[in-house]
Amino acid sequence: MNPRTLPLLATLGVFLLAYALCALQFPAMLSTRVVANLLTDNAFLGIVAVGMTFVILSGGIDLSVGSVIAFTGVFLAVTIRAGLDPVAGFILVLAITTAFGAVMGAMIHYLETPPFIVTLAGMFLARGVCFLMTTDSIPIDHPVYDTLTGLSWRIPSGGRLSLIGGVMVLVFIAGIVLAHRTRFGTAVYGLGGNRTSAELMGVPVARTTILIYALSSGLAGLAGIVFSLYTSAGYSLAATGVELDTIAAVVIGGTLLTGGVGTVAGTFLGVMIQGLIQTYVIFDGTLSSWWTKIVIGGLLFAFIVFQRGLVHMAARRREAARLATGMPVVSPAG
Amino acid sequence: MTLARPFRALPAATPQILTFALVLFANWLVFPDFFDLRLQDGRLFGSLIDVLNRGAPVAILAIGMTLVIATKGVDLSVGAVMAIAGAVAATLAADGHSLPVIVLAALAVGLACGLWNGILVAVLDIQPIIATLILMVTGRGIAQLVTEGQIVTFTHEGLIAVAGASLLGLPMPVVIAFALAGLAAALVRFTALGLLIEAIGINRTAATYAGVDSRSVLIAAYAVSGLGAAVAGLIAASDIRGADANNAGLWLELDAILAVVVGGTSLFGGRFSILLSLVGAFVIQAMNTGILLSGYPPEMNLIVKATVIVLILIVQSPAASRMKTFLRPPESRR
Repeated sequence: MNPRTLPLLATLGVFLLAYALCALQFPAMLSTRVVANLLTDNAFLGIVAVGMTFVILSGGIDLSVGSVIAFTGVFLAVTIRAGLDPVAGFILVLAITTAFGAVMGAMIHYLETPPFIVTLAGMFLARGVCFLMTTDSIPIDHPVYDTLTGLSWRIPSGGRLSLIGGVMVLVFIAGIVLAHRTRFGTAVYGLGGNRTSAELMGVPVARTTILIYALSSGLAGLAGIVFSLYTSAGYSLAATGVELDTIAAVVIGGTLLTGGVGTVAGTFLGVMIQGLIQTYVIFDGTLSSWWTKIVIGGLLFAFIVFQRGLVHMAARRREAARLATGMPVVSPAG
Repeated sequence: MTLARPFRALPAATPQILTFALVLFANWLVFPDFFDLRLQDGRLFGSLIDVLNRGAPVAILAIGMTLVIATKGVDLSVGAVMAIAGAVAATLAADGHSLPVIVLAALAVGLACGLWNGILVAVLDIQPIIATLILMVTGRGIAQLVTEGQIVTFTHEGLIAVAGASLLGLPMPVVIAFALAGLAAALVRFTALGLLIEAIGINRTAATYAGVDSRSVLIAAYAVSGLGAAVAGLIAASDIRGADANNAGLWLELDAILAVVVGGTSLFGGRFSILLSLVGAFVIQAMNTGILLSGYPPEMNLIVKATVIVLILIVQSPAASRMKTFLRPPESRR
């Protein structure tokens, strides 16, 4: 078996086991209504997580996504209140957030700085701009919003797949195609595997880095649109800490934090596991919501240790293979 | 050479001290009473003292963060550890325990958190940003567990004195911050510890081969960071006479990282100064106070911070230093 699919299988196993345990205790968890709500409630998280998967696959990190979501929501609320058509607002805000990500990517590449500090600055900047636009929570009341939130596809037996849940599924499918079936996807995996080798093999490092962060911020903008449809409001303190939930979802989904190994499909499972824990807390009724954080932290720890074990085993297997074939040691100086 | 070592930081400190002076000067321009100090009941009052007092928790966090960043790591969990330590202290205070018991318990909790981070980084070889992310996600949940989901308040004289009392006219938090910074700076500069930390930050593998016990030094750096977070948590709890698990120390990890970066410690590891990080923390607080005094919305803070990070990144970047070499007159080039 390919060891690279092992993390994905482990995530799938955890998800199925957790769902089975939940369903044993609350048989209602099996209804399509719960499944459809799982998709709707986690739509914005899933969309950002696709972008974050690409960032982490390339060996980087993006801390600005939560602030970008809040910025998008506030921007839409303020411009719609000022009389802008929501559809024009959507296009404008997607352009702004994508450009924002491209600038961060350019800084990371050309200034040779760690992604975490550049995106930290981006996080402060986006949140600060939100606060400057307004510190209030502004409701969005527009016919277009009513139409969009009303759209849903009725699944037999009662569930409703809302528009935003559908958008998330589409983004995941697009992400899977982009990661595994395009030149850009290969370049991302190459960068994360070994930057120097990728560069020597002709991967356009500058363009790919800028595109990765533009994609991440652009998807955060899309998530912001979805979030504003979900809450029908714009609030500058919204979506704090979403960057951490997103990183956790990507890691639980089996993507190696060192970059180069992972799948977009795994991230989907990571998001669903988080959603499942929240749903369980709601079904139980007596548990406090902070148990969600503790369980997610525990899972994060378990998966990281599991990944370290896999990397360690792979290194030992390579070493054993090298000794068996009697290949000479390649010294860096030689 | 051996004598010069402790004083080596002095000429290098010029940009930070100039920045601090400049920010203070700007504050004086917008608020002419800025430097007014008055002595009342044996205690100094004034905006300048206020800057030091409000900046003290971040200054204390910055001490440990400096050591961690010098090893090429980062500690994202300090804000959450503050919340846990504050929750433990407030709960014990509400139960009427004596001050030494409260302080020791809070410090023990901070030390345990630091050791946990250190073991994840040094023994399990997990990237620092992710290793400390686990505690950052889980920490607030744990703090909620301690306070049982409530904001615990107390009227414990001893604990209130931690932030409320004064020594030699200075508020206690300022005294604690300066004492801890002096102690830590002496420890790393008058012993080989600072050298070992720098060696690990520059190249951990090389340092290990050269005989540095990099595991112990790394664990010690994270332990110091955890202890500092516990002290800052005690001050924060004492300041509001209660423990708020959701908001205590929220986003302070970012301020602490910013303070260290403003202080000139390299994010690429290897070059650090604890005393300059202290100056960095007070620069940040002076900017906050200045924005408040000048009547601009406090939300401007985030944008100012983002601009500062970007400027420092540009100045510190390898690209800028290449540019400097390029622009230097030919005769001084080697």
